[in-house]
Amino acid sequence: MNTEVKIAGVSFKNPVMTASGTFGSGMEYSDFVDLNRLGAVVTKGVANVPWEGNPTPRVAEVYGGMLNAIGLQNPGIDVFMERDLPFLQKYDTNVIVNICGKTVSDYLEVVERLSDAPVSMLEINVSCPNVKEGAIAFGQKADSLYDITSQIKKKAKQPVIMKLSPNVTDITEMARAAEAAGADALSMINTITGMKIDIHRKKFVLANKTGGMSGPAVKPVAVRMVYQTAQAVKIPIIGMGGIGNGEDAVEFLLAGASAVAVGAMNFVNPYTTVEVVEGIEAYMRQYKIENVTDLIGAVE
Amino acid sequence: MAQKKKVTARVVSQKQIGEQIFDLWLETKLAKNAHPGQFVAVYPHGESMLLPRPISICEADKAKNRLRLVYRVAGKGTAEFSTCKEGDQLELLGVLGNGFPVDKARGKRVFLMGGGIGIPPMLELAKAMDDKKQVLLGYRNKDLFLEEDLAKYGDVYVATEDGSVGTRGNVMDIIKSYSLRADVIMACGPMPMLRAIKNYAAENGIEAYISLEERMACGVGACLGCVCKTTKEDAHSHVHNARICTEGPVFEAGEVNL
Repeated sequence: MNTEVKIAGVSFKNPVMTASGTFGSGMEYSDFVDLNRLGAVVTKGVANVPWEGNPTPRVAEVYGGMLNAIGLQNPGIDVFMERDLPFLQKYDTNVIVNICGKTVSDYLEVVERLSDAPVSMLEINVSCPNVKEGAIAFGQKADSLYDITSQIKKKAKQPVIMKLSPNVTDITEMARAAEAAGADALSMINTITGMKIDIHRKKFVLANKTGGMSGPAVKPVAVRMVYQTAQAVKIPIIGMGGIGNGEDAVEFLLAGASAVAVGAMNFVNPYTTVEVVEGIEAYMRQYKIENVTDLIGAVE
Repeated sequence: MAQKKKVTARVVSQKQIGEQIFDLWLETKLAKNAHPGQFVAVYPHGESMLLPRPISICEADKAKNRLRLVYRVAGKGTAEFSTCKEGDQLELLGVLGNGFPVDKARGKRVFLMGGGIGIPPMLELAKAMDDKKQVLLGYRNKDLFLEEDLAKYGDVYVATEDGSVGTRGNVMDIIKSYSLRADVIMACGPMPMLRAIKNYAAENGIEAYISLEERMACGVGACLGCVCKTTKEDAHSHVHNARICTEGPVFEAGEVNL
């Protein structure tokens, strides 16, 4: 049985990754899972300087999912290079660094700082719904997405994944723009903007009022978007949205994803990532599938 | 401290001990590593509810592998826990957080201050401290809980908001009405109480360790949901935001902006 997948020339021992922002830089979950078992660790978004993030409350539970408005709190690229990257290097897994910024030059600064770093790929966050400047502002218009993607591609030494927002009229239009600008892969979906109101206090539950929704409740939306995008572009897709077990992951692969990422479900069960790896293997055994790549886009 | 695990615990017993207050004993090996002021995160069974509920450890019986959780029903998750009976199973993540710095109180006069559902962690803390301690408890009304358990380990003073038992008012009013003195404070309770303690400690030049709470998702320091403002740069993100689940929940009062 072969679970290896290749994305933009990078080899992954299996198609299971972590979704940015749900796994820190791996350290916190290394108490629970052997990071060597994962195809990749995708880090929490890293900016050129430390970001404070939003006021609390930053998280809320909703039916079958959760809202978050963390606001991309992160220690910045200096601390990431000194502390987090050396930690991740101890493991036999790909490191994908998620990059966020307020301006194009913020992104480019981080991209350049990572140019000689032991990092397999870069994932560009142009889809966080919880910050006022940057991020989603680049991901909701095809021309700005094209522009930032091509600027990053000019500087980046590693293959570039653009992480797309579902908060658009037509995600395939964004996907095509990123592909046309030279993106090597796409990851999707980022969270869906939502809101929760405490009716007893007549107040917003999140200090930010709105937050990004994730968890099992968003999975059908994510599977649909992955399927539509896989029909529209040739570059590989990393699918995510509520994946909690091997069956969920297989659904994304069949829809056209070349790999998957586990996000909010890490919070529900800290062992989810490895259980997804094992669940995909069990499915492959059950249906006598030799190569996991045979599943990609195989929905009939 | 890499003792964090997700485990299945067996319910040993549960009873209601106050209005919406439940007293739950669980059998779990997590008890072995529990330190006063730490917490566990308890998962609801209902699949529509994803996130574990952080609940402080009230007592840890290390010999029998049992944890006591005393919690208030605050929503659907805790309402579900309150229906658990002997023999039922609950999934727990633990043990989490730093806990109270018990050593800082050695040989000193200490206040253990608990307000409302902040009272439960004071019990394991009181048990862990050999020196004499003054236990100051604030309740809404005469519906008291855990005050008899705490009386075994210290001198208990009670305040009620409606004045039905003990001092009328809150834990700060107890200090005034009995002219109590301490060198160290350890406290858990609602934010106005913790703010008052922080100010009192600063004015009187005494150390205070306070346990904070905030909405959490992961409980293990990954999601950055449950941060509090710190006066110094925090070790994780270097932005004056410490993670309550990991660097806390207990902070020296001077370290945090409330």
